Amino acid sequence: MEDLYRRYGKGLTAAFCLLTAFWLLILVILPNLYLFENSFRLYLPISDVGGPKDVYTIRNYLTFLQSPIHVTVFFWTIIYSSIVTFLCFLIAYPLAYYLSKKASPKSLPTIFLLMTVPLWVSEVMRSFAWFIILSLKGPLNIFLIDIGIIEKPIRWMMGFRSVIIGLVYTYVLFMLFPIYNAIQSLDTNQIEAADDLGARWWQIHWRVILPHAKPGIASGSVMVFMLAAGSILVPTLLASTTSRWFTEIIQQWMFESQDWNTGSAYAFLLLILCTVFVTVVMRLFRVKLSDIAK
Amino acid sequence: MSASVELENVCADFGAFRAVDNVSVTIQAGEFFSFLGPSGCGKTTILRMVSGFISPSQGVIRIGGEDMRDARPNQRPTALIFQNLALFPLMPVWENIAFGLEVRGVDKKTRRARAEELLRLVDLPDAADKAVSQLSGGQKQRVAIARALAVEPSVMLLDEPLSALDLKLRQHMRAELRAIQKRTNVTFIYITHDQGEALAMSDRVAVMSQGKLQQVAVPREIYDQPANGFVASFVGENNILSGEIVASEGERGTFRTALGTFSARLGPNLTPTSRLYVRPEHVRLSAEAAGDNSIPVEVTEVAFEGNFISIETRDQNGHRVVSEARNDGKTPIPAIGERLHAVFAAENAVVLADSGDMKAGAH
Amino acid sequence: MTRKSDWLFRLYLLIFLAYLLLPLVVMGGAAFNNSRFPSVFPWAGFTWNWFIELWNDPRLLNSFKNTLLVALAVVALSVPIGAAAAILVNSLGGWVRSTLYSLMVAPILTPGAVIGISTLLFWNRFSVPAGLHLSVLGQVSYIAAFVMLLVLARLQSFDRSLEEAALDLGASHATVLRRILLPHLYPALGAGAAIAFFQSIENFNVTLFTRGPYDTMTVYVFSKVRSGITPTINALAVILIGVTLIGAIAYEISRRRKQAALEALGPPPADDE
Repeated sequence: MEDLYRRYGKGLTAAFCLLTAFWLLILVILPNLYLFENSFRLYLPISDVGGPKDVYTIRNYLTFLQSPIHVTVFFWTIIYSSIVTFLCFLIAYPLAYYLSKKASPKSLPTIFLLMTVPLWVSEVMRSFAWFIILSLKGPLNIFLIDIGIIEKPIRWMMGFRSVIIGLVYTYVLFMLFPIYNAIQSLDTNQIEAADDLGARWWQIHWRVILPHAKPGIASGSVMVFMLAAGSILVPTLLASTTSRWFTEIIQQWMFESQDWNTGSAYAFLLLILCTVFVTVVMRLFRVKLSDIAK
Repeated sequence: MSASVELENVCADFGAFRAVDNVSVTIQAGEFFSFLGPSGCGKTTILRMVSGFISPSQGVIRIGGEDMRDARPNQRPTALIFQNLALFPLMPVWENIAFGLEVRGVDKKTRRARAEELLRLVDLPDAADKAVSQLSGGQKQRVAIARALAVEPSVMLLDEPLSALDLKLRQHMRAELRAIQKRTNVTFIYITHDQGEALAMSDRVAVMSQGKLQQVAVPREIYDQPANGFVASFVGENNILSGEIVASEGERGTFRTALGTFSARLGPNLTPTSRLYVRPEHVRLSAEAAGDNSIPVEVTEVAFEGNFISIETRDQNGHRVVSEARNDGKTPIPAIGERLHAVFAAENAVVLADSGDMKAGAH
Repeated sequence: MTRKSDWLFRLYLLIFLAYLLLPLVVMGGAAFNNSRFPSVFPWAGFTWNWFIELWNDPRLLNSFKNTLLVALAVVALSVPIGAAAAILVNSLGGWVRSTLYSLMVAPILTPGAVIGISTLLFWNRFSVPAGLHLSVLGQVSYIAAFVMLLVLARLQSFDRSLEEAALDLGASHATVLRRILLPHLYPALGAGAAIAFFQSIENFNVTLFTRGPYDTMTVYVFSKVRSGITPTINALAVILIGVTLIGAIAYEISRRRKQAALEALGPPPADDE
């Protein structure tokens, strides 16, 4: 702080502090505290606000616990988000290894450019693309029938499978890039040394590369899980009536019931879920937050 | 053009650690003054206090007689040459040099002209539009000097600027720096741990250890008449013999050691833990004992160093005495195993008090 | 490892790229298919109709304009905030630094719905109605973190003695910032601005809860997809893909040029004085 003052003087130091304070206080901390506070209050007509009925209560959270459907949806969301996270890891890890240690460095910018094209096309478009592909008379079914794998078209948009397909497609790159960065910082000599000492390929991965990639895997897992659990577009576009996502229930409270207090209680539950997941991953992988956010 | 720098009872504390301890020294205008000491002795802290990046925790710093207490770095008449030079990598050479003028509102044409003039001064006439990354180590050095000179400082502060260069270039740049200082007559304050640099370039040298000034004197005096054991052993080589004073008479005394009893000069501020210092080049090996100070020894090792030969000998109890012989083709070089006498004159042997820190200098 | 595994990896990469890109091709193809329902099978003939219909949709143009406005505002806010926060956090140490850093990173790990709802509620308390201005604030709250991370990474490679050198040469604090620090940060600030811009355009979750009665492109497309699908959306997607591809290719060309120019300069000379 003193150092900052010496380098940039009074005015600029104050400006840096004010901008940071505006961001953290006004945009991050206070709104979240207010969300928390609101989740313990009741949705009341304007005339009752501030009146005797306006008390702190855990009724909004009880609403959640007493609704078996909501609790079920909450747990399905956790389970399927975890599955999506794991699938993303399975797909991304070999690729990240290949790109960081095997692919020729000259072709990398082009490959990354191709990979990021879907990222520039918004999430809603990406989900929509899969909506077309997975539809009953869509290209996937026609293709599979043509090459003789199936005889009758499959109804893809049933249960959670289309949601999983959509979420994996949408978020796999958020797993790929952190793992790629992590493996890239591994000295190739270490792999060669392990190879030279007679380790098998799976031993090299298990003992040398995976441990080094840990922060990247943690980072990717946290991002993918958070994005999947918090996704609104993919479940709405690709889910069937039998597969609902927790965010859809939050939307219901906010827009259809206009009950912002219960809505904020549900949103807070989602926040808790993600916080718990981040904490568990950090414990499990023994990494710090500063390792994750790179 | 140039200004004096006065430090009066200056202290610098970092938490409980006192980096600079009550330093008082006056550096004359136009002087080439060096602070010499091992790393961590506080010399860099002094430089940063003079340039204004650190405030002294006690004491006063005056530049040109003016108290610098409230002057920030950008308000002081000093220019600092950083150890890593700190050239701005995103500006071409001439903009680097003219930066100090740019921030003073000098117009572009004048700036460019002045930069080219300074480039000629440092002998790099064609480098104006080059990128910093296109310069060699020695060229970067010159650009850094030119950049500092551009603001016409009254005091130049140099923080070991030659340490990154190789030996040959370092010696060349020593002469160059000295010449530039003479030409511009700016006060130079030079920080180094290299005694050769300090002795060769400076008008006066301050030897520092553990935050304290040990001696301030002209280079010759530092070497020939060190004020204490630290200065003697940090600057140049020595045979160091522990013992005690058994008799004294004015500036002369008799000192008893495990190798014998010798007569020697007595240094200032002697304490019971004093030691005898004799430089290797003052020890002569001869076939016969001569004078007061003579030790019978056997030659154990002869190391050829180029311009001189270092000869290690031991007395009957195995105590080591090192001497040096010039490689002038006339001085005889003894063979290993030869039995001789190590002889030195009383005026070349001095008994000095320990300073606080003997480990850093003793070999 | 063996050549065979290399070959397998390459095949895997190709399949992965196909997996990423084919859906976009399918979607693009449907934009030109003369069929009321967006699909590529059966192929009912080539048509430009969906592009014409798109052009005649005033709500779309309006939402496009809103998206741009929001994105520009987000860039204008999040770049200075992120840069200031990075400089601040970089000058700190110990627990203050790690606490502040965690606070700054947390919004990235917060679901968009939570950010959207909390922003909406908070400002509603001060009687600020929902609208695009709230979308901007909500988006800035997490996009500024991306900028902060980029700038912080760039600051790691900054030699702080450059600032001291400039101060020592008499520069004012503002000059030090303008001439020394900011030029070093420009690449990170540029990348930050680009990321902020695209993150904002792409944002749905935060915008959905904060937008009030206004449409942005993602929200509009979403509502169209829900209410009755027509291939105009595919036409829009084709345009978006086209624009990003052109931008990406232009970037790639300029990158190659820069690299070639850098290689042409060669290494600095050796000292032989």
